[in-house]
Amino acid sequence: MGGLVLLFIIGPLISMFVATSSEEIIETVNDNEVRSSIGLTISVSLATTFFFAVLAIPLAYILARKDFIFKKLLIGIIDLPIVIPHSAAGIAILGIISRDSVLGKFADSIGLNFVGHPIGIGLAMAFVSVPFLINAAHDGFKAVPVRLEKAALTLKASPVRVFFTISLPLAWRNIVSGLVMMFARGMSEFGAVVIVAYHPMVTPVLIYERFGAFGLKYARPVSVVFIIICILFFVAFRMLSNKKNQLRTNK
Amino acid sequence: MLELKNINITFDEFSVTNLSIAIKQGDYYVILGESGAGKSMILELIAGIIKAESGRIFLNNEDISDKNIQKREIGIVFQDYAIFPHMNVFNNIAYPLKNNKLSKKEIKNKVIQISEELDISHLLNRKTTNLSGGELQRTALARTLVLNPKVLLLDEPLVALDVSLKDSLRNFLRKLHKKGQTIIHVTHDFEEAVSLANKIAVIHKGKLLQEGKPSDVFNNPQSEFTAHFTGNKNFYDAEYISEQTIRIKNTINIIANPSEIMCKGYVILPADTLFISLEKPFTSAVNNFEGTIKSIVPSRFGKEIIIDIGINVSVLITEKSFQNFNLEEGKYIWLSFKANSVRFIPKN
Repeated sequence: MGGLVLLFIIGPLISMFVATSSEEIIETVNDNEVRSSIGLTISVSLATTFFFAVLAIPLAYILARKDFIFKKLLIGIIDLPIVIPHSAAGIAILGIISRDSVLGKFADSIGLNFVGHPIGIGLAMAFVSVPFLINAAHDGFKAVPVRLEKAALTLKASPVRVFFTISLPLAWRNIVSGLVMMFARGMSEFGAVVIVAYHPMVTPVLIYERFGAFGLKYARPVSVVFIIICILFFVAFRMLSNKKNQLRTNK
Repeated sequence: MLELKNINITFDEFSVTNLSIAIKQGDYYVILGESGAGKSMILELIAGIIKAESGRIFLNNEDISDKNIQKREIGIVFQDYAIFPHMNVFNNIAYPLKNNKLSKKEIKNKVIQISEELDISHLLNRKTTNLSGGELQRTALARTLVLNPKVLLLDEPLVALDVSLKDSLRNFLRKLHKKGQTIIHVTHDFEEAVSLANKIAVIHKGKLLQEGKPSDVFNNPQSEFTAHFTGNKNFYDAEYISEQTIRIKNTINIIANPSEIMCKGYVILPADTLFISLEKPFTSAVNNFEGTIKSIVPSRFGKEIIIDIGINVSVLITEKSFQNFNLEEGKYIWLSFKANSVRFIPKN
């Protein structure tokens, strides 16, 4: 039965790869529109992941270590983007960055328009993907024994230094896993992004556009190339994280 | 030197009530109590990890109750050592020195010096994840001692070590104490306390029951708990009812050394002064009671026999005597002891 589920996941992907010729793939890779779209998707998702990591990791630490009123509610809210339809998430983001919103007006005053801008795309990506990072980092920090942090405090470390020298390194494996998940989820986001920015086109939107305008045959090579890139990034990050963990424990 | 005044704190299921203790410079102060007595909490309180609800802590007459944990000059070695698993032994020991922003050269010198003292210099480049309990313990001690704390707090330091490692660590702690290091050590093992302390405090359910020199605490326990805890099981509430008669637990009367004052107190019948026989003995012992054997428990020296003579009395006998007497539970037996072996401790 389990094999059937596995086949259900792998089957469509394999059939898509089989149905795409190598000429089509080469042609797609050389297509400037595809290249710039993939470049945009990767760079925005990467930048978004790192920007939000700076905010999300300390939040995850606080959630793991401190008890406060409405903490459970807050944890529930963090998971909200995972359960709501992504197009609705896109509408919500559009609401706060459109020109008549406070943020939109502020952006307008410095000559920016988040709608149709990589920043808007990044916000849409982050909205649906940041829970993966927060949850993974939260689990990571929870697994760090509080006693080690207490010991570090008695050894003259400031709370900030305890965070950077004890908590963060020990939760690193989970955090990297969360970063990879956030990056991958952001990169593959379609629903929220398409509402905020049809142009510039991220790859999932490009695939949709090609499918709508030219049909399955034209959407398939872009999909194959994008899936290969996603897998490559995923594997590379995993290897990097494992290597880093090995190095740290061997220190 | 270190003074805790009227400390009160409740933390989960543990609490400390109105605790006041004073530790002098150079003391080896052992806090003795059962698991859950609040011992570790007292150490965390002194170290500044937790705060008391009321009461003050003074170090060299300075009130450190609200002082930052990093500025207290108090080192603590946790029961589970709290060694940082992502750092090797060198970096664990160097950690507090780096926090104090010492130069690399100074850090290296100090780490090498302390690791030689603790005989772990061969481990400096080792990962901590595959060290033995004794090696982890020494690493934790080195990491704490490298800062030369004014007071060293040890939370059950010997509990996880095997016998030979215990001896070696005890020797190290004695040497450290001789050098003048003030040490506060919590344990549930009274033999450990006697072997190291120059002062002992007995804590039960967060309250200080007794404090003093080891000999005072063990020879003159001031509560049933202390007596039991220190291995003295024949400890009873008692009262002199005539010049030479003591009534124990309002149940039986025994003959003891004469007392001019009729007062309430406690009686100790030291286990090594009690004799048993199958028939009524005709000896100089004036206290002879017939009772039944309630239970027989193997002990370090042979067997511990609990005899019910109206009160339960614990007697230690050798395996050979046990076999000679052919003892079994429920058997009638005589218990004898001399008047001058009865120890009476008046209540304060």
